[in-house]
Amino acid sequence: MWNFACPLIVYGDNALDYLAQVKGKKAFLVTDKNIVKLGLTKPVTDQLDAKNIKWQIFDEVEPEPSLETIKKGGIAVGKYQPDWVIGIGGGSCMDAAKAIILLLARPELEPEALSVLEEFNFREKARLMEIPTTSGTGSEASWAIVLTDTKDNRKLGLGTPEVMPDVAILDPVMVMGMPPQITADSGMDVICQAIEGYISTWGTSMTAGPGLIATRLTLDYLPRAYKNGNDLEARKEMMYAATMGGMCGSNSMFGLGHGTGHALGGIFHVPHGRTVGLFLPYTMEYMINGSEETTAKFAEIARYCRVTSGSDKECAKLLVAKIRALAKEIRQPLSVKDCGIDKAKYEKEIPSLIDRALNEVMTMTAPRVPGAEDLGKIFNYAYAGKSIDF
Amino acid sequence: MAKYLSQEWCDLYKAEINKSAAYEESAKTWEGDFYFITEPGGPVKEKAYMYIDLYHGKCRACEIVTDPNKYNPAFTLAATYAIWKQIATKKLDSTKALITKQSKLTGDMAKIMRYTKAANELTNCTMLVPTEWLD
Ligand SMILES: [Fe+2]
Repeated sequence: MWNFACPLIVYGDNALDYLAQVKGKKAFLVTDKNIVKLGLTKPVTDQLDAKNIKWQIFDEVEPEPSLETIKKGGIAVGKYQPDWVIGIGGGSCMDAAKAIILLLARPELEPEALSVLEEFNFREKARLMEIPTTSGTGSEASWAIVLTDTKDNRKLGLGTPEVMPDVAILDPVMVMGMPPQITADSGMDVICQAIEGYISTWGTSMTAGPGLIATRLTLDYLPRAYKNGNDLEARKEMMYAATMGGMCGSNSMFGLGHGTGHALGGIFHVPHGRTVGLFLPYTMEYMINGSEETTAKFAEIARYCRVTSGSDKECAKLLVAKIRALAKEIRQPLSVKDCGIDKAKYEKEIPSLIDRALNEVMTMTAPRVPGAEDLGKIFNYAYAGKSIDF
Repeated sequence: MAKYLSQEWCDLYKAEINKSAAYEESAKTWEGDFYFITEPGGPVKEKAYMYIDLYHGKCRACEIVTDPNKYNPAFTLAATYAIWKQIATKKLDSTKALITKQSKLTGDMAKIMRYTKAANELTNCTMLVPTEWLD
Protein backbone atom coordinates (compact mmCIF):
# COMPACT_ATOMS: atom_id res chain seq x y z
CA MET A 1 0.00 0.00 0.00
CA TRP A 2 1.26 3.43 -0.89
CA ASN A 3 -0.39 6.72 -1.75
CA PHE A 4 -0.03 9.86 -3.79
CA ALA A 5 -1.11 12.94 -1.90
CA CYS A 6 -1.44 16.42 -3.25
CA PRO A 7 -3.32 19.62 -2.34
CA LEU A 8 -5.83 21.47 -4.45
CA ILE A 9 -3.44 23.53 -6.56
CA VAL A 10 -4.76 26.93 -7.62
CA TYR A 11 -2.32 28.46 -10.10
CA GLY A 12 -1.70 31.14 -12.65
CA ASP A 13 -2.54 34.81 -13.00
CA ASN A 14 -4.90 36.05 -10.28
CA ALA A 15 -4.69 32.75 -8.41
CA LEU A 16 -4.91 34.72 -5.15
CA ASP A 17 -8.51 35.57 -6.11
CA TYR A 18 -9.28 32.04 -4.92
CA LEU A 19 -9.28 33.56 -1.44
CA ALA A 20 -12.60 35.21 -2.33
CA GLN A 21 -14.11 31.72 -2.45
CA VAL A 22 -12.77 30.62 0.91
CA LYS A 23 -15.21 30.09 3.74
CA GLY A 24 -14.14 30.78 7.28
CA LYS A 25 -14.03 33.23 10.15
CA LYS A 26 -10.44 33.55 11.27
CA ALA A 27 -7.13 33.00 9.55
CA PHE A 28 -3.73 32.62 11.22
CA LEU A 29 -0.93 33.71 8.88
CA VAL A 30 2.50 32.18 9.38
CA THR A 31 5.31 34.13 7.77
CA ASP A 32 8.50 36.08 8.43
CA LYS A 33 9.27 39.75 8.95
CA ASN A 34 10.88 40.13 5.55
CA ILE A 35 7.77 38.89 3.72
CA VAL A 36 5.66 41.38 5.67
CA LYS A 37 8.14 44.18 4.89
CA LEU A 38 8.06 43.31 1.18
CA GLY A 39 4.28 43.73 1.29
CA LEU A 40 3.62 40.13 0.29
CA THR A 41 1.10 39.50 3.05
CA LYS A 42 -0.99 42.47 1.90
CA PRO A 43 -2.60 40.91 -1.17
CA VAL A 44 -3.66 38.04 1.09
CA THR A 45 -4.98 40.14 3.95
CA ASP A 46 -6.80 42.46 1.49
CA GLN A 47 -8.70 39.47 0.16
CA LEU A 48 -9.45 38.23 3.68
CA ASP A 49 -10.68 41.71 4.68
CA ALA A 50 -12.99 41.78 1.69
CA LYS A 51 -14.48 38.49 2.84
CA ASN A 52 -14.75 39.68 6.44
CA ILE A 53 -12.39 36.96 7.57
CA LYS A 54 -10.42 38.11 10.60
CA TRP A 55 -6.71 37.45 10.60
CA GLN A 56 -3.64 37.51 12.77
CA ILE A 57 -0.03 37.41 11.62
CA PHE A 58 2.72 35.37 13.25
CA ASP A 59 5.84 36.75 11.57
CA GLU A 60 8.58 35.22 13.71
CA VAL A 61 9.65 32.39 11.44
CA GLU A 62 13.40 32.42 10.85
CA PRO A 63 15.29 30.60 8.09
CA GLU A 64 15.58 26.96 9.19
CA PRO A 65 12.87 27.40 11.84
CA SER A 66 13.82 26.27 15.31
CA LEU A 67 11.79 24.15 17.69
CA GLU A 68 11.48 27.18 19.98
CA THR A 69 9.88 29.32 17.26
CA ILE A 70 7.41 26.55 16.49
CA LYS A 71 6.52 26.31 20.17
CA LYS A 72 5.84 30.06 20.24
CA GLY A 73 3.70 29.79 17.13
CA GLY A 74 1.85 26.87 18.69
CA ILE A 75 0.96 28.95 21.73
CA ALA A 76 -0.16 31.89 19.57
CA VAL A 77 -2.35 29.73 17.33
CA GLY A 78 -3.87 28.07 20.40
CA LYS A 79 -4.93 31.46 21.72
CA TYR A 80 -6.33 32.59 18.39
CA GLN A 81 -8.18 29.36 17.43
CA PRO A 82 -8.43 30.05 13.66
CA ASP A 83 -10.27 27.96 11.11
CA TRP A 84 -7.52 28.53 8.52
CA VAL A 85 -3.77 28.45 8.92
CA ILE A 86 -2.02 30.06 5.97
CA GLY A 87 1.72 29.77 5.41
CA ILE A 88 3.15 32.60 3.29
CA GLY A 89 6.80 32.49 2.29
CA GLY A 90 9.52 30.05 1.36
CA GLY A 91 9.97 26.52 2.67
CA SER A 92 10.67 27.71 6.21
CA CYS A 93 7.39 29.59 6.58
CA MET A 94 5.38 26.86 4.87
CA ASP A 95 6.93 24.15 7.04
CA ALA A 96 6.33 26.27 10.14
CA ALA A 97 2.65 26.63 9.17
CA LYS A 98 2.38 22.83 8.97
CA ALA A 99 3.95 22.36 12.38
CA ILE A 100 1.78 25.08 13.89
CA ILE A 101 -1.50 23.65 12.62
CA LEU A 102 -0.52 20.27 14.10
CA LEU A 103 0.08 21.99 17.44
CA LEU A 104 -3.33 23.65 17.16
CA ALA A 105 -4.81 20.15 17.30
CA ARG A 106 -2.34 18.68 19.79
CA PRO A 107 -1.02 21.58 21.93
CA GLU A 108 0.43 19.19 24.50
CA LEU A 109 2.99 17.79 22.06
CA GLU A 110 6.59 18.89 21.74
CA PRO A 111 7.45 20.01 18.17
CA GLU A 112 9.87 17.10 17.76
CA ALA A 113 6.91 14.73 18.17
CA LEU A 114 5.12 16.03 15.06
CA SER A 115 5.51 12.78 13.18
CA VAL A 116 3.66 9.88 11.64
CA LEU A 117 3.38 8.26 15.06
CA GLU A 118 0.66 10.66 16.16
CA GLU A 119 -2.92 11.27 15.06
CA PHE A 120 -3.84 14.93 14.76
CA ASN A 121 -7.25 15.30 13.08
CA PHE A 122 -6.59 19.03 12.85
CA ARG A 123 -9.21 19.49 10.15
CA GLU A 124 -11.84 19.33 12.87
CA LYS A 125 -10.47 22.76 13.83
CA ALA A 126 -8.82 24.35 10.82
CA ARG A 127 -7.58 23.83 7.29
CA LEU A 128 -4.16 24.47 5.86
CA MET A 129 -3.26 26.72 2.94
CA GLU A 130 0.22 27.44 1.62
CA ILE A 131 1.20 30.38 -0.56
CA PRO A 132 4.82 30.13 -1.73
CA THR A 133 6.93 33.21 -2.36
CA THR A 134 9.89 31.20 -3.62
CA SER A 135 10.09 28.46 -6.24
CA GLY A 136 12.01 25.75 -4.51
CA THR A 137 11.13 23.27 -1.79
CA GLY A 138 7.66 22.46 -3.06
CA SER A 139 6.65 22.45 0.60
CA GLU A 140 3.21 23.62 -0.59
CA ALA A 141 2.72 20.16 -2.10
CA SER A 142 4.48 17.97 0.45
CA TRP A 143 3.85 16.66 3.95
CA ALA A 144 7.42 17.09 5.09
CA ILE A 145 8.38 19.49 7.87
CA VAL A 146 12.05 20.33 8.38
CA LEU A 147 12.85 21.96 11.70
CA THR A 148 16.15 22.74 13.37
CA ASP A 149 17.14 21.51 16.77
CA THR A 150 19.44 24.36 17.77
CA LYS A 151 20.77 22.39 20.75
CA ASP A 152 22.74 19.96 18.61
CA ASN A 153 22.63 21.89 15.34
CA ARG A 154 20.64 19.19 13.62
CA LYS A 155 17.88 19.28 11.04
CA LEU A 156 14.88 17.17 11.99
CA GLY A 157 12.86 15.65 9.17
CA LEU A 158 9.33 15.52 10.61
CA GLY A 159 5.80 15.55 9.23
CA THR A 160 2.96 13.17 8.57
CA PRO A 161 0.84 12.53 5.46
CA GLU A 162 -2.06 14.15 7.31
CA VAL A 163 -0.39 17.56 7.02
CA MET A 164 -0.43 17.66 3.24
CA PRO A 165 -1.91 21.16 2.69
CA ASP A 166 -5.54 21.47 1.62
CA VAL A 167 -4.82 24.28 -0.80
CA ALA A 168 -1.67 25.61 -2.49
CA ILE A 169 -1.97 28.96 -4.24
CA LEU A 170 0.63 29.58 -6.94
CA ASP A 171 0.28 33.20 -7.96
CA PRO A 172 3.21 34.64 -9.91
CA VAL A 173 2.88 38.04 -8.20
CA MET A 174 4.19 36.37 -5.06
CA VAL A 175 7.49 35.31 -6.66
CA MET A 176 8.18 38.16 -9.09
CA GLY A 177 10.31 40.06 -6.59
CA MET A 178 12.50 37.14 -5.56
CA PRO A 179 16.16 38.25 -5.67
CA PRO A 180 18.51 36.38 -8.04
CA GLN A 181 20.39 34.62 -5.22
CA ILE A 182 17.22 33.10 -3.75
CA THR A 183 15.96 32.29 -7.25
CA ALA A 184 19.16 30.34 -7.83
CA ASP A 185 19.32 28.60 -4.44
CA SER A 186 15.70 27.53 -4.47
CA GLY A 187 15.80 26.60 -8.16
CA MET A 188 18.56 24.06 -7.50
CA ASP A 189 16.32 22.44 -4.89
CA VAL A 190 13.64 21.99 -7.57
CA ILE A 191 15.85 20.03 -9.92
CA CYS A 192 17.35 18.02 -7.07
CA GLN A 193 13.94 16.99 -5.74
CA ALA A 194 12.66 16.18 -9.20
CA ILE A 195 15.62 14.00 -10.19
CA GLU A 196 15.98 12.31 -6.81
CA GLY A 197 12.26 11.63 -6.63
CA TYR A 198 12.41 10.12 -10.11
CA ILE A 199 15.20 7.66 -9.26
CA SER A 200 14.15 6.98 -5.64
CA THR A 201 13.60 3.36 -4.67
CA TRP A 202 10.15 4.53 -3.55
CA GLY A 203 9.43 6.13 -6.92
CA THR A 204 6.75 4.68 -9.19
CA SER A 205 4.96 5.58 -12.41
CA MET A 206 2.74 7.78 -10.25
CA THR A 207 5.65 10.02 -9.27
CA ALA A 208 7.75 9.89 -12.44
CA GLY A 209 5.63 12.35 -14.47
CA PRO A 210 5.94 15.43 -12.29
CA GLY A 211 9.66 14.64 -11.78
CA LEU A 212 10.38 14.60 -15.49
CA ILE A 213 8.47 17.77 -16.22
CA ALA A 214 9.92 19.66 -13.26
CA THR A 215 13.45 18.77 -14.40
CA ARG A 216 12.87 19.97 -17.94
CA LEU A 217 11.20 23.17 -16.79
CA THR A 218 14.10 23.94 -14.46
CA LEU A 219 16.70 23.42 -17.16
CA ASP A 220 14.70 25.61 -19.55
CA TYR A 221 13.52 28.38 -17.26
CA LEU A 222 15.78 28.73 -14.23
CA PRO A 223 18.52 30.65 -16.08
CA ARG A 224 15.87 33.00 -17.50
CA ALA A 225 14.25 33.62 -14.11
CA TYR A 226 17.69 34.20 -12.61
CA LYS A 227 18.80 36.69 -15.26
CA ASN A 228 15.54 38.56 -15.54
CA GLY A 229 13.27 38.42 -12.55
CA ASN A 230 10.55 40.18 -14.55
CA ASP A 231 10.32 37.34 -17.06
CA LEU A 232 6.76 36.36 -16.19
CA GLU A 233 6.75 33.17 -18.22
CA ALA A 234 9.97 31.93 -16.59
CA ARG A 235 8.69 32.83 -13.12
CA LYS A 236 5.43 30.99 -13.70
CA GLU A 237 7.04 27.88 -15.10
CA MET A 238 9.57 27.74 -12.26
CA MET A 239 6.72 28.08 -9.78
CA TYR A 240 4.95 25.12 -11.36
CA ALA A 241 8.22 23.19 -11.53
CA ALA A 242 8.76 23.69 -7.80
CA THR A 243 5.32 22.34 -6.95
CA MET A 244 5.78 19.37 -9.29
CA GLY A 245 9.23 18.70 -7.84
CA GLY A 246 7.62 18.62 -4.41
CA MET A 247 4.86 16.31 -5.65
CA CYS A 248 7.43 13.95 -7.14
CA GLY A 249 9.87 13.96 -4.24
CA SER A 250 7.42 13.90 -1.39
CA ASN A 251 5.31 11.09 -2.86
CA SER A 252 8.41 9.02 -3.50
CA MET A 253 11.37 10.19 -1.45
CA PHE A 254 14.40 12.35 -1.96
CA GLY A 255 17.86 10.86 -2.32
CA LEU A 256 21.53 11.11 -1.51
CA GLY A 257 21.93 14.73 -2.62
CA HIS A 258 19.41 15.63 0.06
CA GLY A 259 20.98 13.25 2.59
CA THR A 260 24.44 14.79 2.16
CA GLY A 261 23.18 18.35 1.59
CA HIS A 262 21.10 18.25 4.77
CA ALA A 263 24.14 17.12 6.73
CA LEU A 264 26.21 20.01 5.38
CA GLY A 265 23.44 22.57 5.89
CA GLY A 266 22.83 21.41 9.46
CA ILE A 267 26.43 22.05 10.46
CA PHE A 268 27.50 24.96 8.26
CA HIS A 269 24.18 26.77 7.74
CA VAL A 270 24.32 26.99 3.97
CA PRO A 271 20.82 27.42 2.39
CA HIS A 272 19.02 24.15 1.69
CA GLY A 273 18.75 24.49 -2.08
CA ARG A 274 22.38 25.49 -2.45
CA THR A 275 23.63 22.45 -0.50
CA VAL A 276 21.44 19.84 -2.16
CA GLY A 277 22.09 21.34 -5.59
CA LEU A 278 25.80 21.26 -4.88
CA PHE A 279 25.79 17.56 -4.00
CA LEU A 280 23.38 16.55 -6.79
CA PRO A 281 25.97 16.05 -9.57
CA TYR A 282 28.40 14.21 -7.27
CA THR A 283 25.75 11.85 -5.96
CA MET A 284 24.43 11.29 -9.50
CA GLU A 285 27.93 10.23 -10.52
CA TYR A 286 28.02 7.86 -7.56
CA MET A 287 24.73 6.30 -8.74
CA ILE A 288 25.97 6.04 -12.34
CA ASN A 289 29.11 4.21 -11.19
CA GLY A 290 27.09 1.68 -9.21
CA SER A 291 23.77 1.07 -10.89
CA GLU A 292 22.95 0.46 -14.54
CA GLU A 293 19.27 0.67 -13.74
CA THR A 294 19.64 4.16 -12.29
CA THR A 295 21.89 5.19 -15.18
CA ALA A 296 19.05 4.19 -17.49
CA LYS A 297 16.67 6.36 -15.51
CA PHE A 298 19.01 9.36 -15.75
CA ALA A 299 19.16 8.68 -19.49
CA GLU A 300 15.36 8.78 -19.68
CA ILE A 301 15.42 12.18 -18.00
CA ALA A 302 18.23 13.41 -20.26
CA ARG A 303 16.36 12.38 -23.40
CA TYR A 304 13.13 13.94 -22.22
CA CYS A 305 14.99 17.14 -21.43
CA ARG A 306 16.55 17.16 -24.92
CA VAL A 307 19.98 17.13 -23.33
CA THR A 308 21.32 14.49 -25.67
CA SER A 309 20.98 11.14 -27.34
CA GLY A 310 23.36 8.18 -27.32
CA SER A 311 23.99 5.32 -24.90
CA ASP A 312 22.44 5.37 -21.46
CA LYS A 313 25.77 6.10 -19.87
CA GLU A 314 26.56 8.96 -22.26
CA CYS A 315 23.13 10.48 -21.68
CA ALA A 316 23.43 10.16 -17.90
CA LYS A 317 26.87 11.75 -17.87
CA LEU A 318 25.71 14.59 -20.09
CA LEU A 319 22.80 15.21 -17.74
CA VAL A 320 25.30 15.58 -14.90
CA ALA A 321 27.36 17.96 -17.04
CA LYS A 322 24.22 19.93 -17.88
CA ILE A 323 23.42 20.34 -14.19
CA ARG A 324 26.94 21.58 -13.47
CA ALA A 325 26.61 24.01 -16.40
CA LEU A 326 23.27 25.22 -15.04
CA ALA A 327 24.79 25.78 -11.59
CA LYS A 328 27.66 27.70 -13.17
CA GLU A 329 25.33 29.82 -15.27
CA ILE A 330 23.38 30.91 -12.20
CA ARG A 331 26.55 31.36 -10.16
CA GLN A 332 25.95 28.55 -7.71
CA PRO A 333 28.92 26.89 -5.98
CA LEU A 334 30.27 23.81 -7.74
CA SER A 335 32.22 22.58 -4.72
CA VAL A 336 32.00 22.83 -0.95
CA LYS A 337 35.10 25.00 -1.10
CA ASP A 338 33.18 27.46 -3.31
CA CYS A 339 30.68 27.85 -0.44
CA GLY A 340 33.44 29.59 1.50
CA ILE A 341 33.78 26.77 4.05
CA ASP A 342 37.20 26.54 5.67
CA LYS A 343 39.02 23.30 4.83
CA ALA A 344 40.28 22.54 8.33
CA LYS A 345 36.86 23.15 9.87
CA TYR A 346 35.23 20.99 7.23
CA GLU A 347 37.65 18.12 7.70
CA LYS A 348 37.10 18.19 11.42
CA GLU A 349 33.36 17.77 10.85
CA ILE A 350 33.57 14.91 8.36
CA PRO A 351 32.76 12.16 10.91
CA SER A 352 29.72 14.13 11.96
CA LEU A 353 28.71 14.77 8.32
CA ILE A 354 28.95 11.03 7.65
CA ASP A 355 26.92 10.13 10.72
CA ARG A 356 24.16 12.57 9.80
CA ALA A 357 24.02 11.58 6.15
CA LEU A 358 23.93 7.87 7.04
CA ASN A 359 20.91 8.33 9.22
CA GLU A 360 18.72 10.27 6.80
CA VAL A 361 15.82 8.26 5.39
CA MET A 362 16.62 10.05 2.12
CA THR A 363 20.01 8.35 2.01
CA MET A 364 18.40 4.95 2.51
CA THR A 365 15.96 5.43 -0.36
CA ALA A 366 18.68 6.28 -2.87
CA PRO A 367 19.17 3.48 -5.39
CA ARG A 368 22.80 3.05 -4.27
CA VAL A 369 23.28 3.40 -0.54
CA PRO A 370 26.82 4.33 0.49
CA GLY A 371 28.48 3.13 3.68
CA ALA A 372 30.53 5.37 5.94
CA GLU A 373 33.68 4.96 3.88
CA ASP A 374 32.13 5.98 0.56
CA LEU A 375 30.33 8.87 2.22
CA GLY A 376 33.61 10.17 3.59
CA LYS A 377 35.06 10.05 0.11
CA ILE A 378 32.02 11.79 -1.39
CA PHE A 379 32.36 14.61 1.15
CA ASN A 380 36.07 14.95 0.35
CA TYR A 381 35.58 14.91 -3.41
CA ALA A 382 32.77 17.47 -3.14
CA TYR A 383 35.04 19.78 -1.21
CA ALA A 384 37.72 19.63 -3.85
CA GLY A 385 35.29 19.73 -6.79
CA LYS A 386 36.47 16.35 -8.05
CA SER A 387 34.21 14.07 -10.08
CA ILE A 388 33.19 10.86 -8.30
CA ASP A 389 35.19 7.96 -9.78
CA PHE A 390 34.12 5.11 -7.48
CA MET B 1 15.24 -23.68 9.19
CA ALA B 2 13.61 -22.10 12.19
CA LYS B 3 9.95 -21.47 12.61
CA TYR B 4 9.03 -17.78 12.72
CA LEU B 5 8.07 -16.64 16.23
CA SER B 6 9.94 -19.54 17.86
CA GLN B 7 12.78 -19.23 20.37
CA GLU B 8 15.01 -21.04 17.91
CA TRP B 9 14.34 -18.28 15.35
CA CYS B 10 15.15 -15.63 17.96
CA ASP B 11 18.48 -17.32 18.73
CA LEU B 12 19.43 -17.36 15.05
CA TYR B 13 18.36 -13.72 14.65
CA LYS B 14 20.42 -12.69 17.66
CA ALA B 15 23.43 -14.53 16.23
CA GLU B 16 23.04 -12.81 12.84
CA ILE B 17 22.85 -9.38 14.47
CA ASN B 18 25.95 -10.09 16.52
CA LYS B 19 27.81 -11.22 13.40
CA SER B 20 26.94 -8.08 11.43
CA ALA B 21 29.77 -5.56 11.30
CA ALA B 22 27.51 -3.15 9.40
CA TYR B 23 24.91 -3.24 12.17
CA GLU B 24 27.53 -2.87 14.88
CA GLU B 25 29.04 0.14 13.16
CA SER B 26 25.73 1.92 12.60
CA ALA B 27 24.31 1.19 16.07
CA LYS B 28 27.41 1.63 18.18
CA THR B 29 25.79 4.31 20.31
CA TRP B 30 22.26 2.84 20.33
CA GLU B 31 20.71 1.86 23.65
CA GLY B 32 17.14 0.64 23.69
CA ASP B 33 14.95 -2.43 23.85
CA PHE B 34 11.81 -3.35 21.92
CA TYR B 35 8.78 -5.51 21.83
CA PHE B 36 8.15 -6.61 18.27
CA ILE B 37 4.47 -7.41 18.49
CA THR B 38 2.63 -9.59 16.01
CA GLU B 39 -1.07 -8.80 16.02
CA PRO B 40 -3.49 -11.73 15.67
CA GLY B 41 -4.47 -12.50 12.11
CA GLY B 42 -3.79 -15.17 9.50
CA PRO B 43 -1.85 -18.05 11.05
CA VAL B 44 -1.24 -16.08 14.27
CA LYS B 45 -4.12 -16.62 16.64
CA GLU B 46 -2.87 -14.76 19.69
CA LYS B 47 -0.87 -11.58 20.06
CA ALA B 48 2.80 -12.60 20.06
CA TYR B 49 5.63 -10.69 21.74
CA MET B 50 9.27 -10.85 20.79
CA TYR B 51 11.56 -9.04 23.18
CA ILE B 52 14.80 -7.70 21.75
CA ASP B 53 17.44 -5.77 23.64
CA LEU B 54 19.90 -3.81 21.53
CA TYR B 55 22.87 -2.16 23.13
CA HIS B 56 25.95 -0.52 21.61
CA GLY B 57 25.85 -2.40 18.33
CA LYS B 58 25.07 -5.77 19.84
CA CYS B 59 21.96 -7.80 20.60
CA ARG B 60 21.96 -8.68 24.29
CA ALA B 61 18.70 -10.62 24.29
CA CYS B 62 16.08 -11.88 21.88
CA GLU B 63 13.29 -13.98 23.27
CA ILE B 64 9.69 -14.93 22.79
CA VAL B 65 7.71 -13.63 25.75
CA THR B 66 4.36 -14.98 26.80
CA ASP B 67 3.74 -12.51 29.60
CA PRO B 68 4.00 -8.98 28.16
CA ASN B 69 4.52 -7.63 31.67
CA LYS B 70 7.87 -9.39 31.88
CA TYR B 71 9.65 -6.40 30.37
CA ASN B 72 8.88 -2.74 29.93
CA PRO B 73 10.80 -1.88 26.75
CA ALA B 74 11.43 1.66 25.55
CA PHE B 75 9.84 0.91 22.15
CA THR B 76 7.13 -1.28 20.72
CA LEU B 77 6.61 -2.00 17.06
CA ALA B 78 3.36 -3.76 16.20
CA ALA B 79 2.05 -5.14 12.91
CA THR B 80 0.13 -8.12 11.58
CA TYR B 81 1.89 -11.32 10.61
CA ALA B 82 1.46 -10.52 6.91
CA ILE B 83 3.11 -7.11 7.29
CA TRP B 84 5.98 -8.48 9.41
CA LYS B 85 6.62 -11.10 6.78
CA GLN B 86 6.71 -8.47 4.03
CA ILE B 87 9.10 -6.31 6.05
CA ALA B 88 11.35 -9.23 7.00
CA THR B 89 11.59 -10.35 3.38
CA LYS B 90 12.20 -6.77 2.21
CA LYS B 91 9.05 -6.69 0.13
CA LEU B 92 7.84 -3.76 2.20
CA ASP B 93 10.02 -0.93 3.42
CA SER B 94 9.68 -0.59 7.19
CA THR B 95 9.43 3.22 7.00
CA LYS B 96 6.70 2.97 4.36
CA ALA B 97 4.84 0.56 6.64
CA LEU B 98 4.96 3.17 9.40
CA ILE B 99 3.87 6.05 7.16
CA THR B 100 0.88 4.12 5.84
CA LYS B 101 0.01 2.98 9.37
CA GLN B 102 0.41 -0.67 8.48
CA SER B 103 2.72 -0.84 11.47
CA LYS B 104 2.59 1.10 14.68
CA LEU B 105 5.55 2.33 16.67
CA THR B 106 5.52 3.67 20.21
CA GLY B 107 8.50 5.31 21.86
CA ASP B 108 10.82 8.17 21.09
CA MET B 109 10.53 8.70 17.33
CA ALA B 110 13.24 11.37 17.29
CA LYS B 111 15.68 8.86 18.76
CA ILE B 112 14.79 6.16 16.23
CA MET B 113 15.15 8.60 13.36
CA ARG B 114 18.80 9.11 14.20
CA TYR B 115 19.47 5.43 13.62
CA THR B 116 17.91 4.90 10.20
CA LYS B 117 20.93 3.02 8.96
CA ALA B 118 20.90 0.69 11.97
CA ALA B 119 17.21 -0.07 11.41
CA ASN B 120 18.02 -0.99 7.82
CA GLU B 121 20.83 -3.29 8.92
CA LEU B 122 18.50 -5.01 11.42
CA THR B 123 16.17 -5.86 8.55
CA ASN B 124 19.13 -7.12 6.53
CA CYS B 125 19.89 -9.50 9.41
CA THR B 126 16.32 -10.86 9.32
CA MET B 127 16.87 -11.76 5.69
CA LEU B 128 19.78 -14.01 6.70
CA VAL B 129 17.75 -16.17 9.10
CA PRO B 130 16.51 -19.31 7.30
CA THR B 131 12.86 -18.91 8.16
CA GLU B 132 10.00 -21.34 8.03
CA TRP B 133 7.03 -19.03 7.65
CA LEU B 134 3.74 -19.90 9.28
CA ASP B 135 1.64 -19.80 6.11
FE1 LIG C 1 14.72 19.98 -0.94
